[in-house]
Amino acid sequence: MPTVADLSQGQRGIIKSFSEDMLPVKLMELGCLPGNSIELIQIAPLNDPLYINLSGSHIAIRRSLAQLIELEIVDDSQTL
Amino acid sequence: MSETIKVALVGNPNTGKTSVFNQLTGLKQKVGNYPGITVEKKEGICKLPKGKKAHILDLPGTYSLNTTSLDESVVVELLLNKKDKDYPDVAVVISDVENLKRNLLLFTQIKDLKIPTVLVINMSDRMSRKGISLDLDLMEQKLDTKIALVSTRKNQGVERIKELIADHKNLSTLPNLNASRIAPEYFDRLQKAFPKEDLYKLWLVITQDVNFMPIEKKRIQDATSFATKSKVELKKLQHKETALRYQFINNTLRETYKVDLQAARGLRSSFDKILTHRIFGYVIFLAILLTIFQAIFDWSTYPMDFIDEQFANAGEWIKNTLPPGVFTDLLAEGILAGIGGIVIFIPQIAFLFLFISLLEESGYMSRVVFLMDRLMRPFGLSGKSVVPLISGTACAIPAVMATRTIDNWKERLITILVTPFTTCSARLPVYLILIALVIPKGRILGLSYQALTLMLLYLLGFGMAILSAMVLNKILKIKSKSLFMVEMPTYRLPLMKNVALTVLEKTKSFVFGAGKIIMAISIVLWFLGSNGHSEEFKNAETIVTQRIEEKGLSDYSKNYIQNNISTYVRSTKLSVVDQTNAVGLKSLQDSIQLMTTELREKARAQEIASYKLEHSYIGYMGKAIEPLVKPLGYDWKIGIAVLTSFAAREVFVGTLATIYSVGSDEEETIKNRMAAELDPSGKNPLFNLPTGISLMLFYAFAMQCMSTLAIVKRETNSWKWPLLQLVFMSTFAYLVALTAYQILK
Repeated sequence: MPTVADLSQGQRGIIKSFSEDMLPVKLMELGCLPGNSIELIQIAPLNDPLYINLSGSHIAIRRSLAQLIELEIVDDSQTL
Repeated sequence: MSETIKVALVGNPNTGKTSVFNQLTGLKQKVGNYPGITVEKKEGICKLPKGKKAHILDLPGTYSLNTTSLDESVVVELLLNKKDKDYPDVAVVISDVENLKRNLLLFTQIKDLKIPTVLVINMSDRMSRKGISLDLDLMEQKLDTKIALVSTRKNQGVERIKELIADHKNLSTLPNLNASRIAPEYFDRLQKAFPKEDLYKLWLVITQDVNFMPIEKKRIQDATSFATKSKVELKKLQHKETALRYQFINNTLRETYKVDLQAARGLRSSFDKILTHRIFGYVIFLAILLTIFQAIFDWSTYPMDFIDEQFANAGEWIKNTLPPGVFTDLLAEGILAGIGGIVIFIPQIAFLFLFISLLEESGYMSRVVFLMDRLMRPFGLSGKSVVPLISGTACAIPAVMATRTIDNWKERLITILVTPFTTCSARLPVYLILIALVIPKGRILGLSYQALTLMLLYLLGFGMAILSAMVLNKILKIKSKSLFMVEMPTYRLPLMKNVALTVLEKTKSFVFGAGKIIMAISIVLWFLGSNGHSEEFKNAETIVTQRIEEKGLSDYSKNYIQNNISTYVRSTKLSVVDQTNAVGLKSLQDSIQLMTTELREKARAQEIASYKLEHSYIGYMGKAIEPLVKPLGYDWKIGIAVLTSFAAREVFVGTLATIYSVGSDEEETIKNRMAAELDPSGKNPLFNLPTGISLMLFYAFAMQCMSTLAIVKRETNSWKWPLLQLVFMSTFAYLVALTAYQILK
């Protein structure tokens, strides 16, 4: 299953699941819950960290953490 | 009768909590620390309608009551402890209209503690731009609270907050939701075990240290005996609780919070495209740093020269006005000289804090973290280490505290250990005066040599920090979870009021904090410098007079007289013919005669003074350490200054000012006094290039700050790390300074 790390710049996905004990509670507090959307805004030079829009929260996380969040990629290229 | 209502401001980071605090309290605020820990405590007084008053406490920013850091646990501990003297009568939760959803998570948690709670929705000025519309009445009903819609930028809605605080008795104290639903059985047992306690509070106490790093928290004693669940299970329950809260919040917002995406326009994305660009991003960052250094060096010289002169004048005034005596000497030579040594650096320190607070207020700092993270990682640091390293250029103390945002313990420890290498504002006085003395004035490509030297010194400190981080990363064997998360707030025009208050407050605490030490050291130094027990000291006058009679004045004094007279002659219009404004040959010779006698007398007094100083208490102390500092190119006076600098670096200039002014009649600026000092041979200036460079390098690397050592002890909870810093950094500094001097001399 694709993860947040597989998104390309500007692409969006809906969170499916993640391993609960690996993910920090903080990330959940910011809205990282199944069903919410994540958009990849920018990838830093050297491909890490990732700058994402997590259902309205703009945050940067490292690739290693992004790989733990599984999602379903939404193709909304036509709406944008 | 005026009652004081106790108010606690709570909220997520980046919601403008501090702006609200500043609006409510104005200048009536006090910044201190929570007892025993280094979390900053801001409090202030606010006048309310109907003659009431409120005591406002600005709590550290937090995303929730599930604590992961010391800052956050301050919030939780206060809200859980009814006996605390600051326990609020009313909690004011500050939220940001754009991020209302996640801000409400904290709100519902506080509400569930049954504390009367007001919700402030801040940044309402952005609503139209973002296409947001709110149904406040319905929201108040659903959240069972009172809401104030506020824009601190436009100064709207602050009165409403005051009214709501004054009216706090009418607020509901019912919880928003019942958290025990996440594990009914577990909570049932909990209630049976502690029938008198509030369930949600118990839950918070039990989960308090689930997410803590090992070092940051002493365990809570009571109630933990009931922690029959493992950490993993508790964490799962926290996830469940969070999900439950979001369910409630989503339901509430569905009907009350509308976003019209068509109307939404954002500056963030277009700014981010440039500022986090893989090339332009770094170019801009470097340009910003360059501007800062240019400002600190070039722009601040004008106010500094002015201050320097004022202090020289003040000293002269005191000496001329007050009756001569010990007290006047102490005032003019001890205290005033020492204080002058710190006040003069206010312009530069203010500039530095101005830039740092502008970078933070505008939201740019987070972008720097984003840009730098991957680059810092090979050195065992994180992108978040950049913030401490940058704010370390102001002061290592807040910088070490700022490492708290780094969630990975190893990265955090390394950051703490290397931060003192960055050039803090206390080094600045030392650098500036030495650069002015030993580096020539020319320019290259529009940048002055002096500014470039300063920049080089900053880079040197930064480079050393990175280098030692790399070494530490190899040596330290610490396993810790790697977490990294940075919020990227929207770009905002910094609020001038906030920036001004930060600059004012930080500069004030720097001056007074350092001022106290400097004052004490100045008095002690003055005493040690103007007293002595040896025969030489007591009979200085006869000994020196005798010496002058036998051998004449010293070479230095002869030069001094010669120079003065030739300057005088050159400046006088000479004419053999009688003429207004001109001086005849005869009268010139007379006046030269007179002047020579006067200058000889002055030189004699000067020689007595320096002889006395050499044989005073401090003279003996200085001579004792001279063998140690001589290979670095320092005389015993500099040695004393370096030694006192171990209390705090900024003492250096003040110390030299005090030592040099003891017994001197001429009130000179500090710089001129230092420039006039001669090396032991009595021919060349003491502060020449090799000595200057050696001193600068010593100050660049040595760990000379007791306050930093204390803070590192506190943050790492052990003496091991600060002692390591002290020994390693200072030895290294000595060796580098030694090598540099031996090569250059």
